[in-house]
Amino acid sequence: MKNHDKYHLIFAYESRIFVAMENANTNPKMEEWFDAKLQKNEMVEPKDWMPDNYRKHLIRQISQHAHSEIVGMLPEGNWITRAPSLRAKIVLLAKVQDEGGHGLYLYTAAETLGVSRDELLDALHTGKAKYSSIFNYPTLTWADIGAVGWLVDGAAIMNQVMLQRTSYGPYARAMVRICKEESFHQRQGYESICHLAFGTEEQKQMAQDALNRWWWPTLMMFGPTDANSPNSANAIKWKIKRESNDQLRQRFINQTIPQIEYLGLTVPDPDLKWNEEKNGYDFGTPNWDEFMAVISGNGPCNKERLKARVDAHKGGEWVRAAAKAHADKKREMEFAA
Amino acid sequence: MFDLLVPVQPEISNNQPEIIMNKQEALFNYTLRLADNSLILSQRLSEWTGHGPFLEEDLALTNIALDILGQSKSLLEYAAQVEGKGRTEDDLAFLRGEREFYNTLLVEQPNGDYAKTIARQCFMDAFDYYFYSELSNSKDATLAGIAAKSVKEITYHLRHTSSWMVRFGDGTEESHTRLQNAIDELWRYTGELFEMTEADEILLKEGIAVDLNAVKVKWEKHIAEVLETAKVQAPENKYMQRGSREGKHTEYLGYILAEMQYLPRAIPNAKW
Repeated sequence: MKNHDKYHLIFAYESRIFVAMENANTNPKMEEWFDAKLQKNEMVEPKDWMPDNYRKHLIRQISQHAHSEIVGMLPEGNWITRAPSLRAKIVLLAKVQDEGGHGLYLYTAAETLGVSRDELLDALHTGKAKYSSIFNYPTLTWADIGAVGWLVDGAAIMNQVMLQRTSYGPYARAMVRICKEESFHQRQGYESICHLAFGTEEQKQMAQDALNRWWWPTLMMFGPTDANSPNSANAIKWKIKRESNDQLRQRFINQTIPQIEYLGLTVPDPDLKWNEEKNGYDFGTPNWDEFMAVISGNGPCNKERLKARVDAHKGGEWVRAAAKAHADKKREMEFAA
Repeated sequence: MFDLLVPVQPEISNNQPEIIMNKQEALFNYTLRLADNSLILSQRLSEWTGHGPFLEEDLALTNIALDILGQSKSLLEYAAQVEGKGRTEDDLAFLRGEREFYNTLLVEQPNGDYAKTIARQCFMDAFDYYFYSELSNSKDATLAGIAAKSVKEITYHLRHTSSWMVRFGDGTEESHTRLQNAIDELWRYTGELFEMTEADEILLKEGIAVDLNAVKVKWEKHIAEVLETAKVQAPENKYMQRGSREGKHTEYLGYILAEMQYLPRAIPNAKW
C-alpha cells in the first residue's frame, strides 16, 4: 500500500465515530452564506448553520485535541513523584494540571457541536478516536520532562497559535487561554533543559539523550507532508487551519536550532544545514514508517496509555455512580419536603 | 561467640537520658513536622494525577496536592532558616532519611481506592483546618503568615472532602461499604495527630504552638458530624498507632522517600 493510501485509511478510521453524513445536509443557499461568513473572517458560533462536514471535521479535531491533553498527562505525570526539587515538583504538578484543564475546555467546546463527553470518551477508550502520537513515547529520564515541555509543547504551540484565529468561536476562545499556558510550559521546559545542559556531565548526557529521542517524534507531530495530508485541504478551506504541516514544521526547526546551539547540544540529523536561499534549514526525512507504526497502535506506549485511561475510567465508575445516587436522593428529599 | 548475643547489662526501660530541647530546636522540629505532613500527603495525592475517577475530580485532587506542596515548601524554607546550618528546603526534603521525617503516619498510608484517599484527606483536612486556624494567631510571625494563607486553601479542601464522604456514605451500597472499610482501616492513625511532644510544650508556653487538645475537640466534632451525615461509623476498636513524633513510621515511608529522593541522591551536586 502506498503511504498516501495508508494515511487515508488511518484518517478515515479516526473519523468513524461520527456517522458519515456526506451530502446529508447540503443546502446550496446556506453554504453560500457560510462561505461568505468565512470570507469576512467572522466566527462561526454553535447556533449558526454549518455544513455537516465542517461540524464533523471540528468534532474530530477538537476531541482529538482534548484526548491528547488527557493522555498527555500520563508521560509527564510519570515523573511528578520523582521530580528532583520542590520547585520542579510544583512546576510539573501545575503543568500536568493545566493539561487536564485544557482537556476540560476542549471537551466542553466539542460538546457545543452536539456530541457528549461520554461519547467522546467512549471513542477514545475503544480506540476509535486518536490522540497525538507523541504521547505514545516513554519518558525515560528526568530530562524527558524538560524535552517534552521545550520541544513537544513548542511544536504544539506552532499549531495552536493559528488555532486562536480558527473559524469556530468556542474552539478559538479555548485556544487563546490554552496558548497562554502552553507558552509558559514551553519556557519552563526550556529552563529545565538549561539546568541540565549547563549542569554536571551526567546531566548534560541526560539532556543530549532526551534530545536524541524526542527530536524526530517532535517533527512528526506536525503530521504528514502536505502532499500526504488528506484532511488539510478542507481544514484550510474552512479556515479551521491556516497554515500547512510543512510550513509549520519548517518554522519550528528554524526557531529551535539556535536554542539547541545555545545549549551546546547536537541535533541528531546529519542532513541538517542552513539554506541561505530559502532562509531556513534543510533537514533529513523523518522516519514515516515509524510514524505509521505509532499512529496505528504499535508505538512503545500505545497500549499502556490507553490502558491507563481505560483503567482510570472504569475504576472511577463506582465513584460517579455514588455521586449520581447521592444527588438523586437529595433531589428526592427536596422534592418531598 | 554466643556471649555476644547476651546483653551484658539488662536494659532498663525509659533509661534514655532526657533530651532538653532549646526553643530553636523545638521550632525546627515543629516546623519540620508540619512541612513533612504536607509534603508526604502531596506526594501521595499526586500519584492520582492523570488517573482520577473523572476529569473534574482529577483536577480537584491535583489542586489540593499543589496547595499543600506549596505550604510544605514555605515551611521547609522556614525550617532551614530556623536551623541555621546552611541546609536548603531541598536538602531537607530530599536528603533526610526515614528516621528523620516527622509526618504523621496517616499521610503516608497508600491511596487505596478513592474512598480511602478521600477519608485520609478528610481526616487530615479537618485537622489542618482547625490547626492552622489556631496557628494563624501564633506569636511566630512566619508561622502565623503561612497558616493564614493555608487556612484559606484548606477551607476549600475540607468542604470538598467532607462532601465526598457524604456522597460515598450516602450514595450506593458499594460506595458506602468502601467508605466504611476505609474508615475502619485509617481510624487507628488519627490519635497520633493530637499527640503533644516536648517541642509542642515548649512552643505552647511561648505562644507559638497550638494546643492540640483544643484542636482535638473541634476535629472530633466535625468528623462525628460528617460520619453521621454519611451514615457510617468510627470503628469499635479505638487502639491508636503512634511513633511518627520520634520518626518511627510505617513501612510505606521508606518507599515514598526512595522514589522521591532518588535523583538528587544519584547526582549529588547537581542543580535542577
